[in-house]
Amino acid sequence: MHAIDVRDLRKHYGDVVAVDGVSFHVAAGEVYALLGENGAGKSTAVEILEGHRVATSGSVSVLGVDPARADRDFRDRIGIVLQSSGVETEFTVREVIELYGGSYRSPRPLDEVVTLVGLEEKVDARIGSLSGGQRRRVDLALGIVGRPELLFLDEPTTGFDPSARRRSWDLIEALGQDGTTVLLTTHYLDEAEHLADRVGVLSAGHLIAEGTPEQLINEVSGTVVSFMLPDGVQAGDAAATFGHLLGVDIRVSGRLIEASIDQPTAAVHRITGWAVDAGVELESLSVSRVSLEDVYLSLTDHAHDGVDEPALGHADEVDR
Amino acid sequence: MNAFPSTVRLLAMQTRYQIVTFWRIPVAMFFTLGLPLIMLVLFNALFGSGTFSTSEGEISAQQFYTGGLAAFTAVSATFTNLANMVPLRRDEGVLKRWRGTPLPTWIYLGGFIVSAVIIAFVGVVLMLTLGAVVYDLEIEAAKMPAAIMTFLVGVGSFAALGMALAAVVKSASSASAAANAIILPMAFVSNIFIQVDDAPEWIVALGNFFPLKHFAEAFQNCFTPFVEPPAFEWASMGYVALWGVLGLVVALRRFTWEPSGSAPRGRRSRRAAVDATT
Repeated sequence: MHAIDVRDLRKHYGDVVAVDGVSFHVAAGEVYALLGENGAGKSTAVEILEGHRVATSGSVSVLGVDPARADRDFRDRIGIVLQSSGVETEFTVREVIELYGGSYRSPRPLDEVVTLVGLEEKVDARIGSLSGGQRRRVDLALGIVGRPELLFLDEPTTGFDPSARRRSWDLIEALGQDGTTVLLTTHYLDEAEHLADRVGVLSAGHLIAEGTPEQLINEVSGTVVSFMLPDGVQAGDAAATFGHLLGVDIRVSGRLIEASIDQPTAAVHRITGWAVDAGVELESLSVSRVSLEDVYLSLTDHAHDGVDEPALGHADEVDR
Repeated sequence: MNAFPSTVRLLAMQTRYQIVTFWRIPVAMFFTLGLPLIMLVLFNALFGSGTFSTSEGEISAQQFYTGGLAAFTAVSATFTNLANMVPLRRDEGVLKRWRGTPLPTWIYLGGFIVSAVIIAFVGVVLMLTLGAVVYDLEIEAAKMPAAIMTFLVGVGSFAALGMALAAVVKSASSASAAANAIILPMAFVSNIFIQVDDAPEWIVALGNFFPLKHFAEAFQNCFTPFVEPPAFEWASMGYVALWGVLGLVVALRRFTWEPSGSAPRGRRSRRAAVDATT
């Protein structure tokens, strides 16, 4: 049995459709990342799985239970790290961990929890005196204090400095290796790439792609060519000029021009030939393997173009 | 597999946690316990030498103020306190966090209410002790069962009304303002700060409509020399309890766990109310 099974999940708020027919599963012990920009429906989907919201339609099974009828046993088996939720600032780290831990059947001991999240030095500090990153670690601590089989992490590292992110990644990895199933939402692609066994890409309420990070990368044409817009070319003409030369649609962000290309050799030949003929230098010219970010951008570009069908044939079967 | 901690243990833990919270928020302490005591001292210094005449007899101003302000303290500790703290915790997202734990939601809210009742009890005992020592308050053993009963009906009802207000207001700042905007004018027409039996009719009518005057009078009577024991004021208590039931119904129907703005009300809040009762 899967830890999470979601079929054709829909959630409407009045006329607003937040989640529009999403299906996926998460195997026991897997780390699964839902990736998407703000407003893509990630948090809504996760809060339905947590039992905080009720789906408009579709079927959801979490640890074999419908979370809309979540009871005490269910909540004992899951851990929740919400995107933003307060904790009693008048209390110390020790007190909140003991207080919240006290409602579970077999809470982790205090020492274990603070070591896992790296708050050893702050055990007796009031929550109100902690930095934002430290408070987020308190959130994590309260998410794992009940030894959950399944941990929900809604954007766990947003706002972290790079070293705090690394430490949180280590923790999440350690939990994953321990057999804890993790459902993670993030809009950081490197986070998904680093942590997740599988990734689902949400855009405007649809699951537009799914697979391991490698699969997703391989599904999109394998190479990215990028360079800075040369002085002689107007930004408005860039798409026409370089799109034609490279034979694919290009992406322009600021002065950066990027294109994902199946067979880069000929394309690079054409574009460098053009540059030499025109006597311009292509600054920062690079040819590299696509990253998850490129995949993501190409996927969401398609979705935004009003193409309702999944951008990848692969996602088609996932959606059924 | 371990069993869940017992209900009694969890409720005790939650109650203790809410009392510690109260203890650590000086503003809450001051307004709930300190201010009524200051008012008692001030009113007695200013007007304490006189007497008030009621329909049944004369009562010394000192006795009048002590009984009335003791009742007011009980209302501050329950109604005002809950209407302030519960929306604050909701705004912070603390309520939502607790809702994701195995702690039954009624135990969380129960901890709030039991702690409020304990704080009310401490406040009332402080007030009555001061009254007995300094202000000539008569404490008769034969009227104590009525005093305790009146106290329990009062704090239960005003706790329910505090939860109702917490349920209908959207944010913590408006809850705090609303609680004070309700309770302070109500105190003026309810024989707490001044005796209003000779006041204009509409003021008397207003006082009679709201529950505070009924609670204050029933409680004052337990300490009024010419009222014979056992001093149970059944009609007043019944009226206060009626308001309490009304408050409970509103609280159960409208209570939400999520900060305002994060989710539309309606279907969800009804479900939340159902959860709160189970």
